[in-house]
Amino acid sequence: MIGNFAYAGIWVLVAIGFVVITFFFARLIRPQRPNPTKSRNYECGEFPLSDSHLQYNVKYYLFALIFVIFDVEVVFLFPWAAVFRALGLFAFIEMLVFLAILIFGLIYAWKKKALQWV
Amino acid sequence: MFELGGIFEAIGKWLNGFLPPVWVTIISAVITGLAVLGFLSLLALFLVWWERKISAHMQQRYGPMRTGWHGVLQTIADGVKLLQKEDLMPKDADRIVYFWAPIICFGAAFMAYLVVPFGKGIIVQDLNIGILYIIAITTFTVVSLLMAGWASNNKWALLGGMRSAAQIISYEVPLSLAIVGAVMLAQTLSMNGIVSAQAGGFWHWYVFREPLGFLVYYIAATAEANRTPFDIPEAEQELVAGFNIEYSGMKFAMFFLAEFVNMFTVSAIAVTLFFGGWQPLFSFLGFIPSWVWFMGKSLVSVFVLMWFRWTYPRIRVDQLMNFAWKFLLPLAFLNIILVGFGIVVFK
Repeated sequence: MIGNFAYAGIWVLVAIGFVVITFFFARLIRPQRPNPTKSRNYECGEFPLSDSHLQYNVKYYLFALIFVIFDVEVVFLFPWAAVFRALGLFAFIEMLVFLAILIFGLIYAWKKKALQWV
Repeated sequence: MFELGGIFEAIGKWLNGFLPPVWVTIISAVITGLAVLGFLSLLALFLVWWERKISAHMQQRYGPMRTGWHGVLQTIADGVKLLQKEDLMPKDADRIVYFWAPIICFGAAFMAYLVVPFGKGIIVQDLNIGILYIIAITTFTVVSLLMAGWASNNKWALLGGMRSAAQIISYEVPLSLAIVGAVMLAQTLSMNGIVSAQAGGFWHWYVFREPLGFLVYYIAATAEANRTPFDIPEAEQELVAGFNIEYSGMKFAMFFLAEFVNMFTVSAIAVTLFFGGWQPLFSFLGFIPSWVWFMGKSLVSVFVLMWFRWTYPRIRVDQLMNFAWKFLLPLAFLNIILVGFGIVVFK
């Protein structure tokens, strides 16, 4: 089985190699004449007003946190799903309880307006 | 006849004859990698042309007509043009992150093809956690879009990157839950296993066992591939181009390539999970090679994705998030409960 995953490792190198070699060939044939106007940030033709790494909406963090909770739950669901038929009714009821707790969590986040944008 | 699976086995046997196993693994991984790269490049060339022609004909235009027969060489001409373009980088950009973002974006799109079953026996590695591997590896796209948005040091790019991260992680949850439904039916995570579980005619396909799961998967996958109506990250009219605004030349081409490869990836997964993969429609149609079935079904799915683009208007960013969390997620839960109930009752 380790041999199968070795493929994934080698493929990472193949992918990086392909893109880097493409960049290298493009570097050989394309022009390279930078000037201050060209390397200015694009802001619809105006001069950029401030640094772009500014504060943004805190909602993004909140959604990221909710995402982590639900994604971990999906990871728990996969092994259950793969052996579901063998375990039968008992596993089904166990997972119903698990899902119920999670759906309760979703309703709680919904009521607390954590899922509301802006 | 015409089945390609046997050829790969024969090459593997021939290599094993005179080389130590480690080298066989390395050489065959590199060869298959290069083969898939070639396939994906040709596919992207075709898909870009196809999208332009479909868009044109849906708007009663001709689209590209001058380069070759009905403009088939247009994408190659565009690629050559991109290769010659000067590579501009904003002077405040974070150089290292800026350089790596397109590489990770393309790499993530490419790595998914390690486990895609193109046909009977035409699969690079049938990992026993195939579908979980695809979910894991395609999510790296989020990282690359965030990197591109942050490193460009441009307000449009940052907004586009943040939005696409929020969108992709939100739709990731219903997508994975819809896949759980198919895994429950197939009782395996391996891609080949899921395809063989749907053998024996189209009525065994999982789209008829869990239509709700397919619906949730397809909507979420459209959002994952950043296609209209979920193309908020690169909404041309409001964000000018989103995360890739400061990229030019080959770096831009890599993002573009990855986008079209991703579109084919979500179609290929939809076909594998819900439309029987490379299985024929009826078993007596088995004389048609399996990879023809797979490519045919996938291209139909790609066509539907392109059709969406000229049918639905883009949705607003708050509607986008509401739709994922308040509509698709409960629907995905309902699908799992229904599938579980069905299996327990009907075996």
